[in-house]
Amino acid sequence: MRDKDFLKKLYFEMLRIRMVEEKLTEWCNADLIKAPVHLSIGQEAVAVGVMAALRPQDKIVSTHRCHGHYLAKGGNLKKMMAEILGKATGCCKGKGGTMHLFDDEAGHVVSAPLVGASISFAVGVALSAKMKGEDKIVVAFFGDGAVEEGIFWESVNFAAVHHLPVLFVCENNLYATHIHIRDRQPSEEIASRVKPHNIHARRIADANNILTVIDVAASMVNLVRKNQPCFIEACTYRLREHWGVGEDWHLGYRSREEGEKWLAKCPFKQLQKVFNEESIPRLEIDEMEKLIKQEIDEAVEFAFKSPPPSLEDLLSEVGGDK
Amino acid sequence: MSRNCRLITYKEASAEALLMAMEKDEKVFLIGEGADNINGVGGQVLPAIRKFGPSRVIDTPLSENGLTGFVVGAALDGMRPVLIHQRDDFMLLAMDQMMNQAATLRYASGGRHRVPLTILSFVARRPGEGVTHSHSIQSIFAHFPGIKVGMPASAEDVKGMLLAAIFDDDPVIILEHRHNPLYEQAGQVSEKYYETPLTAKIARKGKHLTIVTVSIALLDAIKARDGLARLGIFPEIIDLRWLRPIDIETIVKSVEKTGRLLVVDTGWKSCSISSEIVALVAERAYGFLRCSPRRIALPDAPCPASQYLEPYYHPNPEMIVQTVEEMMKK
Repeated sequence: MRDKDFLKKLYFEMLRIRMVEEKLTEWCNADLIKAPVHLSIGQEAVAVGVMAALRPQDKIVSTHRCHGHYLAKGGNLKKMMAEILGKATGCCKGKGGTMHLFDDEAGHVVSAPLVGASISFAVGVALSAKMKGEDKIVVAFFGDGAVEEGIFWESVNFAAVHHLPVLFVCENNLYATHIHIRDRQPSEEIASRVKPHNIHARRIADANNILTVIDVAASMVNLVRKNQPCFIEACTYRLREHWGVGEDWHLGYRSREEGEKWLAKCPFKQLQKVFNEESIPRLEIDEMEKLIKQEIDEAVEFAFKSPPPSLEDLLSEVGGDK
Repeated sequence: MSRNCRLITYKEASAEALLMAMEKDEKVFLIGEGADNINGVGGQVLPAIRKFGPSRVIDTPLSENGLTGFVVGAALDGMRPVLIHQRDDFMLLAMDQMMNQAATLRYASGGRHRVPLTILSFVARRPGEGVTHSHSIQSIFAHFPGIKVGMPASAEDVKGMLLAAIFDDDPVIILEHRHNPLYEQAGQVSEKYYETPLTAKIARKGKHLTIVTVSIALLDAIKARDGLARLGIFPEIIDLRWLRPIDIETIVKSVEKTGRLLVVDTGWKSCSISSEIVALVAERAYGFLRCSPRRIALPDAPCPASQYLEPYYHPNPEMIVQTVEEMMKK
């Protein structure tokens, strides 16, 4: 597992997500994005760690906070940047936007911003895969707020009763918008409330440690491949606003002290410690940054040069018509 | 109809469509609460269960909204699910997944996603069914772009509309009507595979006024026609069949000929498909109207359970005759 190249690959994937979202931050600050952007800065280790346990044919679904999942699963960066700018070359031809990113070819089936909705899609894809006898599993990513939705429990119940190959990954970042989990749920810990549904459930107290995420995900994925649905509660922390690209300590719903505790658990710093043990030099990280910057520059150029959707696109691909 | 026809009931024609779709394409499966091998959703899925078993006729937990999400997911993965709700009031629990998700995913993906999903349900009008099970709430479903809505009113159409729905690449809602005599009424139905087009049907040709009917209201209009014939009035009766897409051309063409429009609906009047039809005709054929368009629909109250009150609640042939007589005086 701790093969040097593998560790470097993990760092690269996390760094790619961070740098893309820093580019989006630039765009937002320059008022180039006409949409609410939900950044996953701080939470990169969950997306990359879980994805490392998957095979290319496995599928994922995500939420409004989908950039990290999309990129970690191998989604096309050019189409993502074009979509966020509302361009015709975007992954949804500009009609889905930042909260609907998906890339079928990479196995990212769909993202849906209404909290909880996409969890049920994952169960449906898993049902379909099982009916067709296909060798793939499905991962649903969602936040701790989604656990309050009926559709989460309907999904867990159905997956358990029908023994479906689905892995539920709850990114518990403590807040649904601005409300702390202790004001929304009977306990701050979720996994033990899922277990009684005959679902294997594990809590990762520090899911910013990517190596822990991979260990847990790999063992869970093995069970899921045997049609035993599993649940991972991955505790992490969103460093930016609920939506928007700035910090939000001034709002007073959470303290800077709390944020600093999580900053100390920064996924990059934690992995760098391992790098030191394995003597991976700083120079290699610089090289990664250069490579990613080049990819981002190309995607940015592609997105800006792309045409906007045409007026005919307004009423095309609606369905429901003759 | 051709020599391949036989006389079968509406219910049998619906069951035959489900079975035929599953035989034609292994991606078709049925799923719903009570899709079991005992009741089989009023018997309609029993032939499918006997032939394909529980792997393709899936009985489920009570999770209307979740189920709708599951079948959206299965449809995104290439299946053609048929989700069955035993009464259309249960569909209100699934509005989020039907309208926020199934109806929008094609558009939100720039056409890269398709959701070939059929949602089949039933209006269960019967004394005692009461304030929710007797709901006939088709109009709210037809409000949303991205999803088709059909209400078959004959054995022939229930088969053809269900097959059209199942093999459509977009989501379709089919609402059958369980009230007798329609549900047990026999009609000539072809043994073969066929799909009903997305158009209204001129059920009876006529000349003095146009009666547009929704679902079982067709039967009331046909009964009223006998009474009207004795008065020398010959209405043209149009069975709407599809609420979305609505075939307004057929209706407008008829109104241009007759100059009068009556809409008979099984749902409430306010903000409804009957409102929509009158509005569209006013927009497109105002100059042809010889009197105000009229509507017969449910009064603005939930449906009472009592067998003493319930008969006054629904449209009937007498109401149609009386309304038409008033219209013909103008």
